[in-house]
Amino acid sequence: MEKIIGEAKKAFLTGNETVAWAALAAGAEVMFGYPITPQNEVMHYWTRLAPKYDRRFLQTEDELSAGFTTCGAVQAGKKAFTATAGPGNVLMQEPFGMAEAMRLPLLAVIQQRGGPSSGTVVYSQQEVTLTTYGGNGEGMRIVYSTANHQEIFDYIIKGFNVAWKYRFPTFILGDGYQAKMREPMEMYDPADRGIEMIKPYPLIGLDGKIGEEREPAHLCNIYSLEEELYEVVMAHAAEYEKISPELVEWVEGDCEDAEIIIVSHGVVSRAADDAVKALRAQGIKASYFRPITLRPFPGQQLRNAIAKNGARKLLVAESAYGQLDRLLRQEIYGETIKIEHLYKPGVGIIDNDIINKVKSIL
Amino acid sequence: MVAPKTPKSWYLPTKPHKFCPGCGHGIVLKALGENIDELNIQNQVIFGCDIGCSLLSWDFFACDSTQTHHGRTTPVMVGIKRARPELITIGYMGDGGGYSIGSQHLLNAAVRNERVTLILVNNTNYGMTGGQMAPTTLPGQKTETSPYGRDPETTGYPTMGPEFISAITPDSAYVARATVAKYKQLKRFIRNALRNQMEGNGFSFVEVLSTCPTNWRTNAQQTWNFVEDEMEKYFPVGELKSPFGKGDKVNAAD
Repeated sequence: MEKIIGEAKKAFLTGNETVAWAALAAGAEVMFGYPITPQNEVMHYWTRLAPKYDRRFLQTEDELSAGFTTCGAVQAGKKAFTATAGPGNVLMQEPFGMAEAMRLPLLAVIQQRGGPSSGTVVYSQQEVTLTTYGGNGEGMRIVYSTANHQEIFDYIIKGFNVAWKYRFPTFILGDGYQAKMREPMEMYDPADRGIEMIKPYPLIGLDGKIGEEREPAHLCNIYSLEEELYEVVMAHAAEYEKISPELVEWVEGDCEDAEIIIVSHGVVSRAADDAVKALRAQGIKASYFRPITLRPFPGQQLRNAIAKNGARKLLVAESAYGQLDRLLRQEIYGETIKIEHLYKPGVGIIDNDIINKVKSIL
Repeated sequence: MVAPKTPKSWYLPTKPHKFCPGCGHGIVLKALGENIDELNIQNQVIFGCDIGCSLLSWDFFACDSTQTHHGRTTPVMVGIKRARPELITIGYMGDGGGYSIGSQHLLNAAVRNERVTLILVNNTNYGMTGGQMAPTTLPGQKTETSPYGRDPETTGYPTMGPEFISAITPDSAYVARATVAKYKQLKRFIRNALRNQMEGNGFSFVEVLSTCPTNWRTNAQQTWNFVEDEMEKYFPVGELKSPFGKGDKVNAAD
């Protein structure tokens, strides 16, 4: 693969620009997209970069089409991706369902905006439920929630590899703040970090003469019998559960002597880090836990963090009305720790919000 | 009994096929199969089918095939073609999938002159789901959701697919309406629609008037009368746009 980025270099980019560069560095060959704020600049940068590196782009008629063209390109053996937000993410649940059913390794970048409905074009963490468990299926997806631009770059590279290795649709869950904000990060070529990019391969349009050298490939996502579908879904579930321990990622800090654990994900975890530092400076034994993968969720790791010091309370802080909270509760069912929450749907959370909340509940 | 000759590109382990007796799909797929053989493109073809009766063709051909959701065959074919232009993509769908739930994809793929070939089978109803009214149901025609006959005052007139696609495509597109009642012409139109993609000219679309005796509740004679008389009266058969010269004028007999 052609080297896109020579020497690793510091850059000062928006998150959307970072997405385009990361996809390029990861060897993405084609993007399909439809305008929706706050992901538009992913397309803007990709369409400027793509022709210089023999990559392709199609602006489709809607997000259904962007998702299904991505499915088609992946079946044809190309590393393909899309990006969307809000109501576009709702429409894309249909093609994401096809990708789940047919195990298509597509990558989608979700830059969350306010909801429900058209909501705001600004920011939220309200697409957690949709991105982790959307569609008429079982949530057989891999979802990374990034917190900064370096992670956007890192996890897009990782995301393409994970998608093509395990063949579950993979999501980079960002938000409007990360999309639009500019911050320093380092770009690099994956090979320079010892990361080998997995080569894509076709599922249809295969080599070899049909009938002489091979059988035709017949792909489908609908079955005549209940039992046929059951076999497929159970096989997917077994594989998903098997690989989950390899996939889960999380960050935690100061849980060893914690009275309270602050759980947050994505950009809110930056406020949580600052809040923990400030609270500790004031003598309050706060700690933090941040799931990086929301699917699969590091449930056992959170149980372990709780057990470390038998923390009395857990505070869920999120820019949504309980979407992370619900995800977390189903994962740590049976724990007796008291769960408090700071819900700010569609609104940013800063360290002071968390500090004040912690003081009010301890 | 001598078995009828089948195209080489048919996948024999899935034959006999699963369509109802008297259904027109088998005729369309035979014309397509013979063209795939004669153009020698079996190994380059990607056949994609919709949901609805067209779904029953998902393993019909000895060609690499895929299948998607209702109405979404067009974007899947577009994605494959954009990714691998050397492949010959054939989308196969019904009138509900193409003209109703997937109409935005059909319209925009046509406008972009996507190098795909789409074959749309028009049998004036939703067959797989039990005979509901379709965009192509004729005025006065009874279906499960128009039990007193389709009333254009409240449900509009039948979609004239090739006419509408012809109006929005450039001259390099191929647009035709065929019928299972005129096999040689049907085969020629499908051949032209494949050639047009192979030559890289543009969007290629063939609507095929077809039969549905199960949901029409017709016997053999009534079935042929409906497709040959009633349907053709409303839906003129012929080439509406062809880069290969004048071809068959609309309503020309074969």
